[in-house]
Amino acid sequence: MADEVVLLDTYFSMFGMRARLALAEKGIDYEYKEENLGDKSPVLLEMNPVHKKIPVLIHNGKPVCESLIIVQYIDEVWKDNSPLLPSDPYQKAQARFWADFVDKKLYDAGRRLCTTKGDELETAKKDFIEVLKLLEAELGEKPYFGGENFGFGDVALITYSNWFYSYETCGNFSAEEHCPKLMEWVKRCMGKESVSKSLADPKKIYDSILVFKKKHGFE
Amino acid sequence: MENNNKENVKLVGFWVSPFVQRVRWALKMKGIKKYEYIEEDIYNKSSLLSEINPVYGKVPVLVHNGKPLSESSIILEYIDHVWNDDFVPPLLPRDPYQRAQARFWAKFADQKVLESAWMVLCSEGEKQERAVKEAIEALEKLEEKLKSGNSVFFGGDTIGYLDLMVGFVSYLYPVWEEAASVKILDALKFPALAAWQSDFLNHELIASEYLPPKAEAVAYFRWRRSELIPVYNRMY
Repeated sequence: MADEVVLLDTYFSMFGMRARLALAEKGIDYEYKEENLGDKSPVLLEMNPVHKKIPVLIHNGKPVCESLIIVQYIDEVWKDNSPLLPSDPYQKAQARFWADFVDKKLYDAGRRLCTTKGDELETAKKDFIEVLKLLEAELGEKPYFGGENFGFGDVALITYSNWFYSYETCGNFSAEEHCPKLMEWVKRCMGKESVSKSLADPKKIYDSILVFKKKHGFE
Repeated sequence: MENNNKENVKLVGFWVSPFVQRVRWALKMKGIKKYEYIEEDIYNKSSLLSEINPVYGKVPVLVHNGKPLSESSIILEYIDHVWNDDFVPPLLPRDPYQRAQARFWAKFADQKVLESAWMVLCSEGEKQERAVKEAIEALEKLEEKLKSGNSVFFGGDTIGYLDLMVGFVSYLYPVWEEAASVKILDALKFPALAAWQSDFLNHELIASEYLPPKAEAVAYFRWRRSELIPVYNRMY
């Protein structure tokens, strides 16, 4: 029986991109369904009744929710090619730690960069740069967070990279200036087809943020 | 059946932390009795803690053969992976779909159940009323999840990863309710969870393991409540 894989997602979501990226890494065929978050589909409401959020991976009719949980699921089910998590338990724990760190720290600082001004904006900028610096230190001299190979930690962070242009423009700073090695890592990842085809256009993301800011009075 | 390279386990914790408690239970379930427990005064943090958890400076930290790990859910998965022969029970389900479900609900337990109950503890008046409403909504979802499994524990016939992650509901919820003078988990409204609370606490592995003494825990959280109400008033 062929696997039936459906992904409920939105183009701009850095969380949805992680699922797209994992599926691309594994070479899995799937049906992509773009959700309108202002008018959620009955499928989405049925498949994620708890949070009503994307992404949702539906594998042979059964839903998996939460982007990092989806990526781990994909890695465990399609385990014979392009492993994303290391097999060593300590390395695996470290990969999970840094992916979790990205979500705990980067999302909030990024959101504040796009929705605040004045002192709050300056604090958001400081926090954001601090997080990037910590990540750059963790990367060290390795080509990827996963070591020699692109892995779970890379998947977790790279999907934020297409949002960097927006964060930099809102906050008036350059990520390259503060974290050149991290930005080299971004370029390295973007050289992978699975990454470049899973991420959104940074300028389109910025345009959508401008629309959002205008709508909610964040100018 | 521990062999030599699985020895040398240290746990750095705080007596009343639910996150540390999970790790204690996991170590107990895996039969790891010989480990060093180091109590950390989280209000006067040691240099050890900043050394082994430089990113967050928080407990729990598990140090295994000299290598530190933090974040309770990650520690539990690590323990499950390392100590996993025929003689010890698995914490997480083997099936990838069931594992994904366990992980989803563990995240829900932290982000919605625990967070909302904490807000109830650290608020009063109208803010507390709103927090209670959110806490009840979160518990309703958890109750439904437990009922849908048709078994005593979240892990099935025996305790598993999700029971350990939700475990704080069994012993800490009543403490926070008492400290905040408000009832959230009404046994009549949440019969499955109420039954689970007592089944979990009476399970031989849980009953024989350390739990923070109730009176001291209530006093501690009463103090936290008085400290945090003004702080959260400003923030939220």
